[in-house]
Amino acid sequence: MPSMTTRKARWRAPSVLPGFGLTFGFSLAWLSLIVLIPLSTLFLKSAGMGWQAFVDVGFSERALTAYRLSFGTAIAAAFVNAVFGLLVAWVLVRYEFPGKRVISALVDLPFALPTAVAGIALTALYAPSGWVGQYLDPLGIKVAFTPIGITVALVFIGLPFVVRSVEPVLADLGKDVEEAAATLGASRAQTFARVIFPAILPALFTGFALAFARGVGEYGSVIFISGNMPGRTEIAPLLIVTQLEQYNYNGATAIAMVMMLVSFAVLFTLNALQSIRRRRLGA
Amino acid sequence: MKRQSPSTESSTESRTAQILLIALALAFLAFFLMLPLIAVFSEALKQGLAPFLDAVSNPDALSAIRLTLIIAAISVPLNMVFGLAASWAITKFSFPGKNLLLTLIDLPFSVSPVVSGLIFVLLFGAQGLLGPWLSAHGLKIIFAVPGIILATVFITFPFVARELIPLMMEQGKDDEEAALSLGASGWQTFWHVTLPNIRWGLLYGVLLCNARAMGEFGAVSVVSGHIRGETNTMPLHVEILYNEYDFVGAFAVASLLAALALVTLVLKTVLEWRFDLHSGARH
Repeated sequence: MPSMTTRKARWRAPSVLPGFGLTFGFSLAWLSLIVLIPLSTLFLKSAGMGWQAFVDVGFSERALTAYRLSFGTAIAAAFVNAVFGLLVAWVLVRYEFPGKRVISALVDLPFALPTAVAGIALTALYAPSGWVGQYLDPLGIKVAFTPIGITVALVFIGLPFVVRSVEPVLADLGKDVEEAAATLGASRAQTFARVIFPAILPALFTGFALAFARGVGEYGSVIFISGNMPGRTEIAPLLIVTQLEQYNYNGATAIAMVMMLVSFAVLFTLNALQSIRRRRLGA
Repeated sequence: MKRQSPSTESSTESRTAQILLIALALAFLAFFLMLPLIAVFSEALKQGLAPFLDAVSNPDALSAIRLTLIIAAISVPLNMVFGLAASWAITKFSFPGKNLLLTLIDLPFSVSPVVSGLIFVLLFGAQGLLGPWLSAHGLKIIFAVPGIILATVFITFPFVARELIPLMMEQGKDDEEAALSLGASGWQTFWHVTLPNIRWGLLYGVLLCNARAMGEFGAVSVVSGHIRGETNTMPLHVEILYNEYDFVGAFAVASLLAALALVTLVLKTVLEWRFDLHSGARH
């Protein structure tokens, strides 16, 4: 592209097509009105409450417990999804079996199904009297209304992120490198560990991070199955809602700010890692 | 048919291993995706068709359905216009700061739904920055329909733009330049050249945007105030019925949303097959 632009810029005005002012201006105005100005109120409100007040509510015992729960369950769910998401992507890319296209479409269900619907459905399954819960309860395994239940909901929500991140990379991975490895005497397990896995690791990590970021902020699918007991199964987004219902706007803002900074940090790290990798590959 | 050379054999798994992996992947998907979906419909029809029909034709349910349709009918076209404008500016012109603009458009994806609602409460709520001014002029945004629309537009902000930008980037601007050089006006070029080129991608983005707009729970829950018959959308109505232990009612309304999700998945898959559209990892 750059060479084309400079060539054009020499003998033609850079804006051959009309409408830049209109579309750019409208996009920027709409972006500011809907996203940037509303988001900036969070920073304004945080700055306005003073450092000590911010720390008092943003890092209170209850808030810390909620962060631990939210981040802990989101990491656990992202790990489960990394393992099974990779398996699902592998099976969809590499093998043929009846109903594959339907299964492939179904992977996106968590993107399409409203979170509240997922939440009540999972609760119906995993409550002690539920379809699955009734078999787990006699074994002493409680899923609903415990952190395990929260993790189950986040596994549901996060699965497509891993599958859809890994799938295209796995499909692009030529068979020839694997055949070369096999010709050189590598076993199938060695080929996977030394050739395939390193190639898909960045995509797997992207999927993991996306699933994690989504899980930390997730609300609708979690609040039904979690039971919402303060100090035990109260996730951070729920704590924000609780603070709002008690008209504690400072509390809600501080917790939201902490969560948002952590999500941004995760995504920023992710982008930085990807650009380092791209530079190393020289692409 | 591929010739079975020794190297192909050693670069794939034995049939037994393949079947085991496929079975494991399918078992995971059955457990985490199929079972919740089946649970929604089966719980909705648990006591037969009559209670189901009662629940979905109840005046509160009907008003929730109406509100959900109104919200989607307003917020989806708004984001469609934004998506078209933003992708025109971004893909047809080169200007500094383009990557920053792309990052900002994606921002709503990395904000928790609850925080997305909170920022509008901080801006327009009774205690918010513009709250006193709004109440002095008799305007109500929070706990009213405008607030729900704002939160929904925020949540679904990137959907259309994200589908269109890669598509229009790939198509370049040769067609448009040809049309203009043949004497077409800017609008004629857009209507007769650009729009036909991107219509299926646009439809794809609108489809995903609509599914999220109708199903959003967390953000809408924070700004709605849950006033029955007034500010209750379908997902919020599901929550109210569920918390009142009206499980058949909750699952009946939820099954309508689940049906919407299935229709979305089918249309999405058809578009992907027919028009070779990709399925991204970040919805």
